Amino acid sequence: MAAQLRQLRQRIRSVKSTAKITRAQEMIATSRIVKAQQAVEASKPYADQITRALSALISHHVGIKHPLLTEQPEDKRSAVLVITSDRGFAGGYNANAIREAESLITALREQGREPVPYVIGNKGITWYRFRGREMAAEWRGISDRPDFASAEQVGRRLTEDFLKTDAEGGVGEIHVVYTEFVSMLTQRAQVRRLLPVEVVETADSDVVPPAYDFEPSAEAALDLLLPNYIESRIYHMLLQSAASYHASVRRAMKSATDNANELLGVYTRQMNQARQAAITQEISEIVGGADALADSGGE
Amino acid sequence: MATLKVGLVSPEREVWSGEAKMVVAQTIEGQLGILPGHAPVLGVLLDGSVVKIEPADGGEWVTAMVGSGFFSIAGDEVSILAEQAELGAEVNVAAAQQALEEALSAEGGADATAERRARARLRAAGQNA
Repeated sequence: MAAQLRQLRQRIRSVKSTAKITRAQEMIATSRIVKAQQAVEASKPYADQITRALSALISHHVGIKHPLLTEQPEDKRSAVLVITSDRGFAGGYNANAIREAESLITALREQGREPVPYVIGNKGITWYRFRGREMAAEWRGISDRPDFASAEQVGRRLTEDFLKTDAEGGVGEIHVVYTEFVSMLTQRAQVRRLLPVEVVETADSDVVPPAYDFEPSAEAALDLLLPNYIESRIYHMLLQSAASYHASVRRAMKSATDNANELLGVYTRQMNQARQAAITQEISEIVGGADALADSGGE
Repeated sequence: MATLKVGLVSPEREVWSGEAKMVVAQTIEGQLGILPGHAPVLGVLLDGSVVKIEPADGGEWVTAMVGSGFFSIAGDEVSILAEQAELGAEVNVAAAQQALEEALSAEGGADATAERRARARLRAAGQNA
């Protein structure tokens, strides 16, 4: 009896300290979501304006040729950039992103293409490495709090590979799997094609872009705008994924804390019951003993 | 008097925005002064140059270092979008000096872009470089 009591006390102690840790993690994640959302907001003006400038440029120069806008049907390799996190404790966040990437890879195979994974984040890298799958590139340490320099680095690499042919280890198209931050409660794994570029027209299509002059030339402007646009897209997706990651951590840690508290209740009741049972037994033993004494003395 | 609506934006934040009398930017081909009523232009900025803005409220000129980017003029709106943008007042002079020295002593010849950016940073901060 006493052994069971001791065991329960021990368990309560350990569950309590786990709950403390998960609660702290939850609070850290909450504050990071706010920061990540602010970063998403702060990146909006740039993203909007670069999209506007690019669609103005392309709509004014119909038939403008640029390698980054051209389909490359002769290249059979497709890059799949998967954005995962470096650390776990995030519920289904990484599993969802990887599942989405896997279904994209299967779909690409069925179309007769050869998918090549490019992976951001430790979790994705370990997943692919464990299965012995070849990765074209891997990046660590940027998915938690992405800065623009990392997006630039990823963008450069992808653009370079896109401009190479299959034989040189290049790719013919680039897809990105990231997790969109819909709300605090919903985050959705998404697939977007990054290259060749399809410029998303802004919703207010009645606003006619002004007839720009180009300095020094339209081609030079496009040469600069396209890579910058791609980098800005990647930055946006990294920020969205980071916000989603922190939201997933928060949710996972919240349910862990809730479960721990529930367990604590169960254990406390069990412990009280065991203590009460021990007391009852002791009393009945004493009473039984006294009765036995009285009976033997009475004779 | 007509004024320009200016926004200087980097991917990470809006660096400066407000009304201005005049903006001076540097393209690959030379300096360009922009006054209200300018024709629509989309121009490529010289990577590692200084953009100067004269605020409409008559304050001091705002200087900023810009990296790879472009500017667009439409109506009386000027947007300057640069992947690296830093106000002169925010420049850490010592760090920029050091970056310049590193760029100059880099292995395999000086790193031209890094050097230009470091010099622009110093110029934006009002130093001679």
